[in-house]
Amino acid sequence: MTSTETPAVDNGVNVEALLGARAALTDAPPAAQFQWRASNEWVNGTHSRSTVSGFSGLGAEHTHRQPYTVEADHPQVFASEDNGATPPEIVLAALASCLTAGVATVATHRGVQLRSVTATIEGNMDLAGILGIDSDVRNGFDGIKISYTIDADASKADIEAIVAQSQKRSAVFDIVANPTTIQVEVV
Amino acid sequence: MVIGAGQAGLAMSHHLSGRGIDHVVLDRGEIANSWRTERWDSLRLLTPNWMTRLPGHRYDGSDPDGFMTKDETVSLLSSYGLSFGVPVHSHVTVEQVTAKSTGFDVVTNQGTWSCDAVVAATGASSEPRLPAVAADIPGRIDQLTALQYRNPDQLGKGDVLVVGASASGVQIADELQRSGRSVTVAVGEHIRLPRRYRNRDIHWWMNAIGQLDERYDEVDDLTRARRLPSLQLVGSPEHRTLGVGSLVDAGVETVGKLMRIAGPKAQFSGGLANLVANADLKQNRLLDRIDEHATEHGLDSDLPKPTRPEPTRLGGAPTELAMCRFDTIVWATGYRPSYSWLDRAAFDQRGRLIHDGGVCALPGLYLLGIPFLRRRKSSFIDGVGPDAAELVSHLHAFLDNRTRVISR
Repeated sequence: MTSTETPAVDNGVNVEALLGARAALTDAPPAAQFQWRASNEWVNGTHSRSTVSGFSGLGAEHTHRQPYTVEADHPQVFASEDNGATPPEIVLAALASCLTAGVATVATHRGVQLRSVTATIEGNMDLAGILGIDSDVRNGFDGIKISYTIDADASKADIEAIVAQSQKRSAVFDIVANPTTIQVEVV
Repeated sequence: MVIGAGQAGLAMSHHLSGRGIDHVVLDRGEIANSWRTERWDSLRLLTPNWMTRLPGHRYDGSDPDGFMTKDETVSLLSSYGLSFGVPVHSHVTVEQVTAKSTGFDVVTNQGTWSCDAVVAATGASSEPRLPAVAADIPGRIDQLTALQYRNPDQLGKGDVLVVGASASGVQIADELQRSGRSVTVAVGEHIRLPRRYRNRDIHWWMNAIGQLDERYDEVDDLTRARRLPSLQLVGSPEHRTLGVGSLVDAGVETVGKLMRIAGPKAQFSGGLANLVANADLKQNRLLDRIDEHATEHGLDSDLPKPTRPEPTRLGGAPTELAMCRFDTIVWATGYRPSYSWLDRAAFDQRGRLIHDGGVCALPGLYLLGIPFLRRRKSSFIDGVGPDAAELVSHLHAFLDNRTRVISR
């Protein structure tokens, strides 16, 4: 795709660069290998702080413009101090952020100007799981529901297609929807 | 030397004969061997009879909109071969094709042949494409692939998990559910289509709007186009539509893509709702194109009004199921060609055959009869003829050129 074929929309996404990266990484598969990292430190009680700074990819080490921190805690109804979002809420936020980024990217690629994109996301959980009350109840969400409201220069079907494509290309959607092998060690 | 006496090998032979190019066709079995030995009993062509066009052959029967059975397809290809005296050598298994400085050596179980050029026409479905998770299935569960499946009597009476929901998967799941078994189908990415739309077969429309003629050098992403799953269709006397929705109506349980076996449980993707919504959207986009075509060509007055199929309903989509429920797993996860017998010089470092629309990088080697080789319908009976015509022109020029070089 050349720049002349892309309609002039500005959603703040550099689609040209992404398409260039796709072409480059198709030709050089090892450069597509990325590693994302976070460190986490207990503060007090159920409060902990995660920090992200470095990651690797494109055959090199990189750092964010600055380190970012994410505070996590449990709410007061759990007899905690509520110094941050609960970890499951952070997962919901990550999923919504990933899909919204995808919506903006796909929309730009398809020449659709966005005016507003808002989403609400709900994850239902039966605490009988994590409290060990009922071994048949899973710890995690029973299901997640996301509802998008999008104002854009496109038909409803086109907007639905953009949201569907965003799910198809989303890292966090895949992370949440599909099993991942996790190895936890103590050093 | 043409290897394989199926639709592709026969179409190529017809064109070679037409140009007076001396050739033979080898097959490990007889004409239409895969149709004789590797298809389930109830299978019919997915394309209507009028689309069983081959070079020099047109359907002239009484049911142009019907779908040929497996046996009728074998008859069609056999009598087509006889009609022009195809120089077929049956029961010759090719073991090795080696490129020499000029021409090829073809080593078979019946001796070695020498030839100037080779056409690999062994089909798109030589072996099943199995996901890695297949290796983790407990030994007590019977497993068979769509290439091995014949009919429900092959299976025990217990519950069945069918993995895959393209043409093979939905047809096998449907047949097993009708046989009284409890069937679960694991659904990955798929292409939903109605069998008929506005009183015409969907293939009539896809042909009319030019989609089946889209060329390999014109599509945006050829790699993706070649990897697309088969259309979710069945050929039946009733012209019925078969897809995830009709399976759910018949009582089949749906789950997402099979991701892994974790102890006693099978885990499935939680992303099924999106795949189904995506398939509905893409189907409706095609129907929009068809409606536009109908209006542009003044067909609306002769046709029923446009309608849209109901969105697909899922009967739940559990992400975990106990493996002990299942007696049998049927893998309908796709097929791939096999070129293990072909000179390694024809492949790139990652083991992919290097070719441009069937003209291989290895001079004198040609490829025919695989999905989207030169056009969207390349793997259809109706599509192999035009591909063969283009390849035979190249082959003819190659042979002429070579003769000049040698005689110089």
